[in-house]
Amino acid sequence: MNAKTIQLTINGEARSVDVGAGESLLHLLRRIGFTGVKNGCDEGACGACTVILNGRTVNACLTFAFQAAGGRVETIEFLGNFENPHPLQKALADEGAVQCGYCIPGMILSAKALLDRKAAPTDEEWSLHLDGNLCRCTGYEKIQSALRKLVAAQGGDQ
Amino acid sequence: MSRNFQVVNKSVRKIDALALALGKPMYAGDKVPPGALHIKFLWSPHAHAVIKSIDIRAAEQLPGVRCVLYHGNVPRIPHTTAGQGYPEPSPYDTFMFDTKVRFVGDRVAAVAADTPEIAAAAVAAIQVEYEVLSAVLSIDDAMKDGAPVIHDEPDAFAKIPVQYEPGKNLAAFVGMDVGNLDEGLAGADVVVDESYYAHYAQHCPIEPHVAFGYMDPEGRLVIVTSTQVPFHVRRIVAQCIEMPIRQIRVIKPRIGGGFGVKQEVLMEDVVAMMTVRTQKPCLLTFTREEEFVSSRTRHPIRTRIRLGAKKDGTFTAYGMDCLSNTGAYGSHALTVVCNCGSKMLPLYRAKNIHFTGTAVYTNLPVGGAYRGYGATQSSFAVESAMDELAEKLGVDPLALRQQNHIVSGETSPVFRALGEGKAGVEQSIGSCELAKCITLGAKEIGWKKRGDWRKKTGRMRRGIGMACLMQGSSIPEIDMGAASIKMNEDGSFNLLMGATDLGTGSDTVLAQIGAEALGCDVSKIIVYSSDTDMTPFDVGAYASSTTYLSGAAVKNCAEKVVKQILAVAGQMLGRKPSELAHGDSVVRAKDGSGQVTYSEIALHSLYNAEQHQIGAMSSHITHKSPPPFSAHFVEVEIDTETGALKLLKYVAAVDCGTAINPKLAEGQTEGGVMNGISYALTEEYLFSATGRMTNASFQDYKLFSMRDKPEIKTILVPSYEKTGPYGAKSVSEICINGALPAIANAIYNAVGVRLREGPFTAEKIWRGLRAMGAKA
Repeated sequence: MNAKTIQLTINGEARSVDVGAGESLLHLLRRIGFTGVKNGCDEGACGACTVILNGRTVNACLTFAFQAAGGRVETIEFLGNFENPHPLQKALADEGAVQCGYCIPGMILSAKALLDRKAAPTDEEWSLHLDGNLCRCTGYEKIQSALRKLVAAQGGDQ
Repeated sequence: MSRNFQVVNKSVRKIDALALALGKPMYAGDKVPPGALHIKFLWSPHAHAVIKSIDIRAAEQLPGVRCVLYHGNVPRIPHTTAGQGYPEPSPYDTFMFDTKVRFVGDRVAAVAADTPEIAAAAVAAIQVEYEVLSAVLSIDDAMKDGAPVIHDEPDAFAKIPVQYEPGKNLAAFVGMDVGNLDEGLAGADVVVDESYYAHYAQHCPIEPHVAFGYMDPEGRLVIVTSTQVPFHVRRIVAQCIEMPIRQIRVIKPRIGGGFGVKQEVLMEDVVAMMTVRTQKPCLLTFTREEEFVSSRTRHPIRTRIRLGAKKDGTFTAYGMDCLSNTGAYGSHALTVVCNCGSKMLPLYRAKNIHFTGTAVYTNLPVGGAYRGYGATQSSFAVESAMDELAEKLGVDPLALRQQNHIVSGETSPVFRALGEGKAGVEQSIGSCELAKCITLGAKEIGWKKRGDWRKKTGRMRRGIGMACLMQGSSIPEIDMGAASIKMNEDGSFNLLMGATDLGTGSDTVLAQIGAEALGCDVSKIIVYSSDTDMTPFDVGAYASSTTYLSGAAVKNCAEKVVKQILAVAGQMLGRKPSELAHGDSVVRAKDGSGQVTYSEIALHSLYNAEQHQIGAMSSHITHKSPPPFSAHFVEVEIDTETGALKLLKYVAAVDCGTAINPKLAEGQTEGGVMNGISYALTEEYLFSATGRMTNASFQDYKLFSMRDKPEIKTILVPSYEKTGPYGAKSVSEICINGALPAIANAIYNAVGVRLREGPFTAEKIWRGLRAMGAKA
């Protein structure tokens, strides 16, 4: 219905996609196969749909697909693979921070955004930054300890 | 008790963790076939109404609408949505669609269409004429003479012989007495008689319910669903759509959290019916609002506790009367309220014990299974009352618990008296390290600095509270788990289980148990769960059963396989099996004369001589439900001017037997604790005067985030449960039960305000403080 074609870069690949009027970026990404982007609430409150748009984390459910026209989108699928996972992916997996795992792609992308800006965030900075990513399984304890260990292993000065 | 384990009791990485962190398509919603139709429900806007007429013609005529279902075109089959063993202890009071609606958010009709937008438009086009009835919006109203009868349909019934009187809005009743409570109370020096209310809450898995169906090329129905109970889904769907079980396959992929809400056959009946009617793939996903309103909740329960004690602290009477609001349907009504008693009554010794559990229908959202399962509600009452009793006796509440709690070797008449819809199973306590949990937890929180609230001064006042807890491990002589194992050429093993990992890590824990018995690394175990075509039966992930029950099935099965491995190795090495030892994927002659690897054994058995598949299947039931025990401690700080509460530290010391995977056991505890804290402090259902939930979103229903998190310290206190696999008991549910009472007790210890109803908002604390001030 009222489809329009937009150009954008998804995970480093230039794409031309049809988007519906009012279609969210979350819906678009899942529709074309980027199912690592999760829908938890569709109202911008849980963070499961976090993606990086033009270098900033956004809730894909609150972003219109057409807002990504001409932009660069990164999803969890871009970060790593089995042979070469992103350090955040490995850290959370190693620490037992991935229970059901549904919040984890969003959690990792949010964490990456902070880690890209700041080499060694403190607990308080992590908590503030990840406030918008809800997890119901872990109580956040193992996520926090994974982040701490990652920072320590990367030679952070905390 | 330490054992020399190779694989269990070690924190191996959760086997699916990396794939999940990479964002691989592993959940039901990630696997939807192209071209799937989208299903949407029309929900009732009324709390209680009769559907006078429905006109679906306008909806059906919209282009892209493929199917509309309502009571007029589906079979009327009474069933329960509760995913429990058969015959279910929950009443058969539910129909796919009915001529009556019983709460705001009840099913009226459903549409399958080419797009979600068309489905939504079609739902809006359905014309319904209601005759609105007076609604029952509280527990007390439900039991009044002349109250509107919510289930007045003649065909609702209880499948098992239990007390079920829908004409009185009574969904379930259970009771027991040992000795005489009144005599016990009369003989007491001190009595506490108080009521406590544990409120509505929702599980809030971050993945809402999702299921899709499709017809396979041979005409069988396949349902892929985010469920904790795939085998119960198959059975109940077969019942509801009148299709033979052999025609249905249910697949459970990864689940994005469940906590009990996915122990419910909530949407699969409609997905199945739509798929069969349209012969097209059909997808149904709940919105967050639907998850709150139309799925399942924690049964709100008011619990009256009567405790009588002698001056020396000995209990003379222990009475518990639970009044549960099961909402519009009786899902888990009997068993949850029964569990209030069966889990918390045996915790303390008393000569005279009394219990009643009553569950009533109301025109409010429906209760269901929720982690803790009644014990959450009753532990709030019992553990608050314990502190109130200690205060009256003038003793340390910790010491009062130490004096009276059950210990190893003791039994309780409650075990035999209260089962799940039938008599229970007698058991004496095997492993129990509750005493150590109390000691270690008290030390960690700094119990000694606690002090009397009357001596505390200043605007900011700190308090420490505690709670003791007990749960179970599976439902004895009801639950069954099974596993099968087969060996591959490279010495790896396929482990096929009906047990259902809902994010807990049970696939990993069960693989560890299998690897320990098989004598190989956990990486050699390929786990597949759960698929009704491929895996053996398991009741599913509930009742704290998976590690204890399904784990024992895996262990039994692996031991059978080891026998076969030793037999083949014996042939290859010219030795008797008794002369051989296995481990590290190798079988060695004990005298050192030779060895063969698992790979060589598998190749030999598959290709060389007396060929056969090394493999086995095992089932397991239990005759005990050994309780895990836990002591929780919390320190809070109260702002006496605003009532604001700050959590400073939370300590959970837990005896779960052998922690098969300590890191995952800690994770269960931390997650349960946080859920409990969030429930105790912020989570609640708000209703309009007409019974509509007014805060059905994460914007208005506050879940704790990382920023809200206090310091949480988990202490695993090992014991060895002889009846469990490698000494294991359960860990998943018990940890959610402590926050309500421990925080209530800490608030009292800080400022002298006793809250008997959650959540403990700043407003409630402030009002409590003001009331005290007014008195003073």
